[in-house]
Amino acid sequence: MIAGRAPAVGEEVAIASNADVVRVRQVVRSAAIAARLSLVDQTKLVTAASELARNTLVHGGGGKAQVETLVQERRSGVRVAFSDQGPGIPDPETALTDGWTSGNGLGLGLGGARRLVDEFDLLTEVGKGTKVVVTKWAR
Amino acid sequence: MTHPPTFADPEIAGLLRENKQRLLDDWSREVALCLRGSLEPEEIREDLAELLQAMIAAMDEGADETTTGELRALLEELSRRRARQDFRPSETATSVFAIKDVVRALLGPAPAYETLERFFGFSRFVDELALITYDSYVNAREQVIIDQAEQLLELSTPVVKLWEGVVAVPLVGTLDSARTQVVMEKMLQTLVETGSEYAVIDITGVSAVDTQVAQHLIKTVAAARLMGAECVISGIRPQIAHTIVTLGIEFSDIVTKASLADALAYALRRSGVEIVRLPEETQ
Amino acid sequence: MTTRVPILKVGHILLVSIQVDLDDQAVMALQEDLSERIVATGARGVIIDITAVEFVDSFIGRMLSTIAGISRMLDAETVVVGMQPAVAITLVELGLTLDGIRTALDLEKGMRLLSAAGTDPASGKRAEA
Repeated sequence: MIAGRAPAVGEEVAIASNADVVRVRQVVRSAAIAARLSLVDQTKLVTAASELARNTLVHGGGGKAQVETLVQERRSGVRVAFSDQGPGIPDPETALTDGWTSGNGLGLGLGGARRLVDEFDLLTEVGKGTKVVVTKWAR
Repeated sequence: MTHPPTFADPEIAGLLRENKQRLLDDWSREVALCLRGSLEPEEIREDLAELLQAMIAAMDEGADETTTGELRALLEELSRRRARQDFRPSETATSVFAIKDVVRALLGPAPAYETLERFFGFSRFVDELALITYDSYVNAREQVIIDQAEQLLELSTPVVKLWEGVVAVPLVGTLDSARTQVVMEKMLQTLVETGSEYAVIDITGVSAVDTQVAQHLIKTVAAARLMGAECVISGIRPQIAHTIVTLGIEFSDIVTKASLADALAYALRRSGVEIVRLPEETQ
Repeated sequence: MTTRVPILKVGHILLVSIQVDLDDQAVMALQEDLSERIVATGARGVIIDITAVEFVDSFIGRMLSTIAGISRMLDAETVVVGMQPAVAITLVELGLTLDGIRTALDLEKGMRLLSAAGTDPASGKRAEA
């Protein structure tokens, strides 16, 4: 019980195939259970992770997901960071609106994922890559 | 979060270790006095023995984050336990403070100036320890309140079966976003568990709704539909209807009925049950 | 190797029960297999049981909509049964309404829905509308 307990060391999952997307979902699910998220919140986070992992694979040309269980004094949660070295998103604001799609899917990916989590950060640079960090806290 | 107390003074640690039995006797007596006999002397002594051991370890040579962390954990545990036993935070803190007098007595009637300096350092250390017990006391109490609030929420929001295949959630009082969410999740779960295809959300007893609450209701209706069930909202008061329209919330897709009775009749009709009044002679 | 979800035929209804976390390829394979089986068997109804499914994202949602669309064109009805509350709540939040898909709480109610719609599971004959 040392002060300022550091967050548990995260798990990193490489995303290079469809099977890896499944693995991301599984790792996120276990982290969500460990952080004592309710079943609904677990489901929301896993679904968001599934959308984002697929984006990383399909649009980013592969990358990785880092899954961290966060334990703070009064709350616990899970943070997942998706990063790729793909083409980046030219207009991130538009990409976050529903209906936007780069050709594959229903266009709910980014905007939908954002609604399912508590914190959502998108960093992207054309030609360099994209990083999306999402956090879900236990209620 | 406060930092764990750091105080290394192997000499005081040595002094405490040499006089352990006497210290424990005196300390336990003092604590027993201020807790006015509400704890068994053996229990007090056991707690204090553990605490003293951890204090010595935290002051001794080789003290590090682990030893101070252990001391902290021990204090937090003690404080939480006392909070649940209904002791006041000052009583728990006083138990810790009491060691000062006991140690002071060990130093004899006229200690050297250098010894007194040491004692002051030790005294500050004890102050910090007492503060830890205070903090954890407050946290433990807060947890008790949170737990009770949750239990109350459970009690105040029943999901009841009206008929085979029809459940109802009578909502009463002020609906906030969190409470609505909890109730709605519980209702959807009940639909699955009871295999009910109709749910009536009765808001006759609800005085006001805000945008968020209205949104939760709409989302619940949509979620129920995805699961293969239908929701009916009954008892919308004029003011609430007014709010919903003013807020521009799209409610048109949702079946609404004036009263719970109307909603039940609707659900029954939809599930193929007809209610008829028997002719007078058969009554 | 792609996971193949077994498709059962009960009377004139095709029954699929998804029991494991499928990757996107397996989802696509299921969509193709089902379309082929509807044509090959002349099935009148399709029931997709997702009781054991722990999440439905936009990809799986799209697969369900597509199957419903295809079956409608092939004169068959699709019913999705057993969606868990947490999955339904998430879908609504995600913004997926699964338009055009009929749903039922469980397999039995799904079967009943199909027969009420005129697809008699035993004979496959349709009631006059």
